[in-house]
Amino acid sequence: MAKSIEVDNLDIYYGDFLAVENVNVHIKAKSVTAFIGPSGCGKSTVLRSLNRMHEVIPGARVSGNVRVDGQALYAPGVDPVAVRRQIGMVFQRPNPFPTMSIYENVLAGNRLNAKRMGKSEADDIVERSLRGANLWNEVKDRLGKPGMGLSGGQQQRLCIARAIAVEPEVLLMDEPCSALDPISTSAVEDLIHELKSEYTIVIVTHNMQQAARVSDDTGFFNLKAVGEPGQLVEFNPTTKVFSNPDNEATEAYVSGRFG
Amino acid sequence: MALQTQAPTSGSMSITAGQLPRTATPMVAVFAAAIGVVAGLLLGSGIAMMVFIAWLVFTLGLFVWSRTVEGSRKAKDRTINAVVWSAFVLAMIPLVSLVVTVVVKGGPVLSPGFLSRDMTGFAALGQGGGIYHAIMGTIMVTALAAIIAVPIGIFTAIYLVEYGAGKPLAKVITFLVDVMTGIPSIVAGLFAVSLFIAVSDEPLPRLGIGGGIALSLLMLPTVIRSVEEMLKLVPNDLREASYALGVPKWRTIVKVVLPTSVAGIVTGVTLAIARVAGETAPLLLICGTFPSANWNPFNGAVQTLPVYIYTSLSQTSHAKYGDIWTDRVWGAALVLIIIVMALNLIARIIGNVFAPKTGR
Amino acid sequence: MSTTIDPEPEVEQAPQTKPPTRAGDALFSGTALGAGLLVILFLAGVGAFLTIRGLPALDASGDSAYGEPNIWKFVGMLLVGTVYASVIAMVIVTPLAIALALVISHYAPKKLAKPVGYLVDLLAAVPSVVFGLWGLEVLAPRLLPLYKWLNEHASWIPLFDGSVNQRSLLTAAIVLALMALPIVTAILREVFAQTPRAHEEAALALGATRWEMVKLAVFPYARSGMVAAVLLGLGRALGETMAVAMVLSATGTGYLTASIITSEAPNTIAAFIANYYANASGAKINTLIFAGLALFLLTFLVNFAGRWIATRGQVKG
Repeated sequence: MAKSIEVDNLDIYYGDFLAVENVNVHIKAKSVTAFIGPSGCGKSTVLRSLNRMHEVIPGARVSGNVRVDGQALYAPGVDPVAVRRQIGMVFQRPNPFPTMSIYENVLAGNRLNAKRMGKSEADDIVERSLRGANLWNEVKDRLGKPGMGLSGGQQQRLCIARAIAVEPEVLLMDEPCSALDPISTSAVEDLIHELKSEYTIVIVTHNMQQAARVSDDTGFFNLKAVGEPGQLVEFNPTTKVFSNPDNEATEAYVSGRFG
Repeated sequence: MALQTQAPTSGSMSITAGQLPRTATPMVAVFAAAIGVVAGLLLGSGIAMMVFIAWLVFTLGLFVWSRTVEGSRKAKDRTINAVVWSAFVLAMIPLVSLVVTVVVKGGPVLSPGFLSRDMTGFAALGQGGGIYHAIMGTIMVTALAAIIAVPIGIFTAIYLVEYGAGKPLAKVITFLVDVMTGIPSIVAGLFAVSLFIAVSDEPLPRLGIGGGIALSLLMLPTVIRSVEEMLKLVPNDLREASYALGVPKWRTIVKVVLPTSVAGIVTGVTLAIARVAGETAPLLLICGTFPSANWNPFNGAVQTLPVYIYTSLSQTSHAKYGDIWTDRVWGAALVLIIIVMALNLIARIIGNVFAPKTGR
Repeated sequence: MSTTIDPEPEVEQAPQTKPPTRAGDALFSGTALGAGLLVILFLAGVGAFLTIRGLPALDASGDSAYGEPNIWKFVGMLLVGTVYASVIAMVIVTPLAIALALVISHYAPKKLAKPVGYLVDLLAAVPSVVFGLWGLEVLAPRLLPLYKWLNEHASWIPLFDGSVNQRSLLTAAIVLALMALPIVTAILREVFAQTPRAHEEAALALGATRWEMVKLAVFPYARSGMVAAVLLGLGRALGETMAVAMVLSATGTGYLTASIITSEAPNTIAAFIANYYANASGAKINTLIFAGLALFLLTFLVNFAGRWIATRGQVKG
């Protein structure tokens, strides 16, 4: 079911402020694509424009084209709510719903959309999603406990389980490991490897080793200059970006000389 | 003074030189209390005077002693410390006195009969009578106010936090809520009167719904403010998590934002209800007095507890029935305090017990 | 490659799911907006009805102005009384509230601070009619000896002149002060608590005593907040009705006198309305409503000034 994403001439504004300029990228289906680059250069902004989450921020707008399997995301008549049901997202900080149990958290996407389902169907979804997120064995005995009671790494995997429970086509991850310790990070990275077989994954990360470990393609973002909008400097297969990048700035960045 | 000669020796002998002993404060307090009692007895003055003298001696004594041992800066610090805590005690005296008086004077009056009878037939005789009708009136009018103010207040707060943020209309509403906060309660009553003069064409309208409207006007800003605060406390992460699952905004608010903040909202609403339950002035104007329970909010005066207390007070000087009226006043005051304090207590319990479980 | 590409505008599944969600959103946000507009309408109604009923009183005189030659004299007298009683209340409450707020924010140990705060909040929970009752029956008789003493020994001060009465302006002001105490304390303790920790520690590290730290670090930072708190407390005291109506033994619009321990005191707007409403009719109702309108404007101005100073202080801080 995974889909590819094509981005053409994408400009993103916050009010009058042009945050990201002229992004062109082709994200392949069933692959992991990483966005790297220094802080504040628009990686997360681009990621959020891929499922129209940036619209949540007042004043944010885009121009240009984003197509998911050929369907224009920003065509008139497209319902952002429907888009987000098919393109899931995992955030920087784990954010399980505090009023819900682990079980309810996994089902949140279905329940909140008032989807009717039987008990056995719901149980199936919970088990499948938690297994998919490598969390099932750790929580299967306490599904009724609050999701906030888990450790940070478990909470983040719970959020991934919650995202894949609605069976999205694409999974966007916004620095999913930046709030986690190394062991939890490794668990999430393993998970990304496994999820790749079924989902198209786009991940924003500050950690270059992580990008090198998990991704097939890498895009490097940078500011044009101080005070100028961010832009996509280079987009190539990960091996190339990290060994023989086209762009000097990319090389400086991946070799640790700035950023 | 005896203490002054003693202190430097104890100070210089210990390694805490230049400091008063830890027991300095209680020592001076005992000394001051003794002086106060003796002086009071000599002067033949009352307890208030004794306490005042003792306090004066305590503050001055501590200052002088500390000044000789520790220097003027430390002495000033100690004195301010004493003054600040004295202010707290001073502020608590009325609260304690008020509660004690109401309980002592009102307690004996409370009986099943007092709570279950109304004032029909008994008023003129000075016999029996009770406040059943006033309790029911207070409950009805307060409930009417809550029915009007709570939904409007919650939805306004939702608009301000979830939809209006930054919009001019939201700024206008926020400003008007500020204005509303400052409406004197009697003005809310006058508004209800003006409104129902226009609606009913009576020269002096008296009806329960008028009280409900007046109280809801006083309640609205409190409800809006507290709900607004609570909604703002809900982390944006949760809203985004919900949006990213493809949940429409209104379902996000209903299923994620409101449940997360429900404890705070219920607390705020309960406190707002408690605040208006004891409101007197507007009800005096628009609800008036009535000797029995009137369950029809659209017709006729409704007796409420605060107004009962206020109007009964003028009867307490009655030559023959003054005493029974005095009893009624204090009994009603006790019941009113119990209702209001219970609501406050419930609000705090809800706030503490049902707060979102964020802990690990 | 440019924006001219125009594929099917529909995401799959959208046709079924879209209309209901849109309707739900529209309904819900419409309700929220409606509630907000209702609040505006409510307040507009208050202004409109009070104005419509109050303005006829502009012609009031003699009997319909409760014995005063015209409405302005009538309202003016009551305004003086209202402001006088409230200002005395604030003179009493300000030092007390500052001390209480300091106890809660800086002096009390962590464990004690919370219960102390609760106790102060409890004062706010006492209904005003009970405060009035207590002021009349308990406080006033206790104050009488003090008033007599003041009158004997200090009657050369205009404040303590005249014939002593326990139900005086000062008694009313003390009760008002108690009622304003919780709100002033609550604001002040927020203000004090916002002092940057670094400033306080800097002062302490220089060897300052606690009081010097408060003077050096807390008060300068809190100055505008303190003014705002006092103004907002004043706004509260101005509009308070029952306590004054029950405690003060003023008749009619009262007398213009500086003395605060006699019964010949100026009356306050709110108390006058409460005491005279029951026997009012016709033009007198309009007069009372006009007085209420004046009170509303006065409290609005005071509250507005308080909030303005508070927000200005925040920007500066």
